Amino acid sequence: MDTVFGFVGKDFALVATDCGVAYSIMRFSDTEDKIMAVDDNKLFAMGGEIGDRLNFGEYIQKNIHLYTFRTGIKLNVREAANYTRSELAYAIRNGPYQVNLLIGGFDEEGPSLYWLDYLGTLQKLTRGAHGYGAYFVSGLPDNWFKPDLTLDEGIELVKKCINEVQTRFLMSQKNFVVKIVTKDGIRVI
Amino acid sequence: MSIFDYNGGGIVAMKGKNCIAIGADRRLGQQMKTVSTNFKKIFRMQDNILLGLGGLATDIETFSAEMEYKLNLYNLRENRKLKPTAFVSLVSSTLYEHRWGPYFVSPIVVGLQDGTPVISTYDSIGCTTDTENFAVAGTAGELLYGLCETYYREDIPAEELVEIIGQILLAGCDRDALAGWGGVVYLLTTDNLHIRELKTKQT
Repeated sequence: MDTVFGFVGKDFALVATDCGVAYSIMRFSDTEDKIMAVDDNKLFAMGGEIGDRLNFGEYIQKNIHLYTFRTGIKLNVREAANYTRSELAYAIRNGPYQVNLLIGGFDEEGPSLYWLDYLGTLQKLTRGAHGYGAYFVSGLPDNWFKPDLTLDEGIELVKKCINEVQTRFLMSQKNFVVKIVTKDGIRVI
Repeated sequence: MSIFDYNGGGIVAMKGKNCIAIGADRRLGQQMKTVSTNFKKIFRMQDNILLGLGGLATDIETFSAEMEYKLNLYNLRENRKLKPTAFVSLVSSTLYEHRWGPYFVSPIVVGLQDGTPVISTYDSIGCTTDTENFAVAGTAGELLYGLCETYYREDIPAEELVEIIGQILLAGCDRDALAGWGGVVYLLTTDNLHIRELKTKQT
């Protein structure tokens, strides 16, 4: 089960996912990047069924790019999140995508994080998580979070969260990918 | 667990003297896990119509958007505002349109028609109940009923109505594990809409 978590700092949004891909009782890979960059200021961190994750992720990414090509307008994070929600809400009754997302981004409204589940429930949050890992990780940002979190404090917090999941979660999650969005764009930590 | 209990919530609405109030909690959860303490469940459809929704969160968002869409189209076509009684029927027919694939919501429509308060509540496929005094919805619904019965009386003035709804919401949602984490009360009078946020027990 994929662990996806993220939070918002003073001038950045941070998302992290584990790197494991499992099939039945076997672990296929330890190096899967589940965070997709859309435009240069949005990160889609996705967890769930691998086929749906890849398919839905690419579908949303390409449609958002298409909108930019057609109209010349770049969607901000709130608009992209609402678009993604409407696709998920339509799909839930026609052919559900088993994908839970965290959309982290930076636009003129500042850094933001949107929590989206596979049913199409959208919520803007300052800290959020998906998957079984969410049960372990949720307490740490709740405790250490401040509205003006600096990048270094954010990275410390991520390390604590990753440590917690690796220590206490039943399934071994060896590697994690952490990416941030700031006004200068996307970076991998 | 029922699909109506997946995200959790509590909505309560009550009539007053030429005014009406509707209150909701702010929790969004996934069964036992709380995801957000800021989830909007009451939507302003028009100056004199409010729509409160309990049930599955994704359908709350989709359904409120669909009602806003239909209301806007009505305004554009008819070039006039929608009456609350007409909106009540619109909600019912929209719900029945999806009879065989329903929205998992428990709506409460609240409005002021020429100064007269209007409350209606529905099941998920559009059976309308025009209540005389108050309505409840959500996982905390049954818990809110008792308090409503106790505190309701005819012609409650506006300032008192806000207090009453606030107290009902706090006490009722405190007893429900899936509802709470803050509250919001909307008071609709002939002059304006007053929104008050409540601080509750953070559990």
